[in-house]
Amino acid sequence: MEHAILPPWALFAYLASGVLFILALRGLSSPATSRSGNRYGMVGMGLAVGTTMLTQAPIPTGDWWPRPGPEDLVILARILAAIAVGAVIGLSTARKIQMTAMPQLVAAFHSLVGLAAVLVGLAAYLNPHAFGILLPSGAINPDSRIEMGLGIAIGAITFSGSVIAFLKLNGNMSGSPILLPGRHVINLGTLLAILGLVAWFTQDESLWVIAVITALSFIIGFLLIVPIGGADMPVVVSMLNSYSGWAAAAMGFTLHNTAMIITGALVGSSGAILSYIMCKAMNRSFLSVIAGGFGAEAAAGGGGAKEQRPWKRGSAEDAAFLLKEAENVIIIPGYGMAVAQAQHVLREMGDVLKKEGVNVKYAIHPVAGRMPGHMNVLLAEANVPYDEVFELEDIQGEFSQCDVAFIIGANDVVNPAAKTDKSSPIYGMPVFDVDKAKTIMFIKRSMGGVGYAGVDNDVFYMDQTMMLLADAKKMVEDIVKALAH
Amino acid sequence: MDFISILSIFVLACFVGYYVVWSVTPALHTPLMAVTNAISSVIIVGALVAGAAKGAAASSALGLVAITLASINIFGGFAVTARMLAMYKSKKKG
Repeated sequence: MEHAILPPWALFAYLASGVLFILALRGLSSPATSRSGNRYGMVGMGLAVGTTMLTQAPIPTGDWWPRPGPEDLVILARILAAIAVGAVIGLSTARKIQMTAMPQLVAAFHSLVGLAAVLVGLAAYLNPHAFGILLPSGAINPDSRIEMGLGIAIGAITFSGSVIAFLKLNGNMSGSPILLPGRHVINLGTLLAILGLVAWFTQDESLWVIAVITALSFIIGFLLIVPIGGADMPVVVSMLNSYSGWAAAAMGFTLHNTAMIITGALVGSSGAILSYIMCKAMNRSFLSVIAGGFGAEAAAGGGGAKEQRPWKRGSAEDAAFLLKEAENVIIIPGYGMAVAQAQHVLREMGDVLKKEGVNVKYAIHPVAGRMPGHMNVLLAEANVPYDEVFELEDIQGEFSQCDVAFIIGANDVVNPAAKTDKSSPIYGMPVFDVDKAKTIMFIKRSMGGVGYAGVDNDVFYMDQTMMLLADAKKMVEDIVKALAH
Repeated sequence: MDFISILSIFVLACFVGYYVVWSVTPALHTPLMAVTNAISSVIIVGALVAGAAKGAAASSALGLVAITLASINIFGGFAVTARMLAMYKSKKKG
């Protein structure tokens, strides 16, 4: 049997929905156009779902007007109920979720796309007739078997990988890498076995083949993410984003559906580009991130010769005095700010300083936080206007005219060792030139801990550095109080 | 559609994706991930086909579960993106 023959308008509708998804991403080129972009996305999704409901399910009709029988109505009711359950869960989660928890939410959402892809792939296997992938002989079309096998494999990897990423980001599982002996051999062997089985599947469509592909892919997703440390999560989340796209594309090939193929390609490239940007911002190769273990090795290597060096501790009052006198202040937030939920009080401090005539800017490193753009969302949540927030390359030149570089919850992204120390695990990573600022204020819980890369930071010991040792939120609150005097 | 037409659409869409995503401002990378996540749930199309098919109980049960999972993503993904985007304000507008 050939693929289900769809009326021409349905093909146009799927194409239109693909175009609307492109426009949704295009809108994100600036905050001003982003909201209408998101609406294009919703319309595109509504169009794709509506078209499917009208042409393939549950009201298939050759007539110009659908004539559902009683059985069709039962099916329709089931489908609508399934959508309603999803809508309630999805909307209530989206409303309640804290902005600081966005990385784990996105990871959880990725896992759902992955699982849905696996289920759709298995459903297509069990009912190839409905998907129009049967040959006249009664066997499943071998091309479709490849697409189905790959779709299931990628979906399963996305699912189990995202579950691990979620557990790590949510703190249910330690963020430190877990290293199994011989993991590279095991991983490579499993991946090759999956590919071999997909090839075998074209010759033998028995249930065991697809079952083993599914099981091995769940396992490999788990094995791939477990050895990757917390600091590399931005890359992992982006990579899983990409996989969820490729899984959708593979299913689009099975169904010959343009909306799914276009979307899969968009999401797949989007995640891949984000992974690339993140890797570049850490000066690490994608392979080294995927190989995992970063953080564990560094902590072991960096723990060696460490002498006690002098450093200066400041109080909130000292900081307030200097901030008030400053002309230009650059604030560098990091993941610690998110953990301490300090973004709101930080914006308050910024407002007070602006009233005093201080020029306040925020500088965000591409890998600050646990997912791309995480800090920008948190600052936006705290009502910091987006035109006061700058990317690394746009603000780097301004540190020489900067009176105070105010570092809150960041560490590795200001570590000069990245520029000078070839043996450092973060060597080559682009960092902020905070050492050019007249004064550096560094909020940190204690002198004990070091950044996620596990390396000491020379900035602590510089002449112009004032260490503000306290919880980030508490310290900024105290500074705001001191500024009021 | 034959395989080569579908592959052409796919390859061209990858290029479109490449250029569109590079033009996304880094400040919006988190909403980008949330919205790509929502649109990748277009896989619901496959779930609907499976869920609506008659005469294959296991397949349509899998389809219905997949419909629910994809719907969580669609509604949750677009809603959380909208919530984030509503927070981005410019200095000029106040």
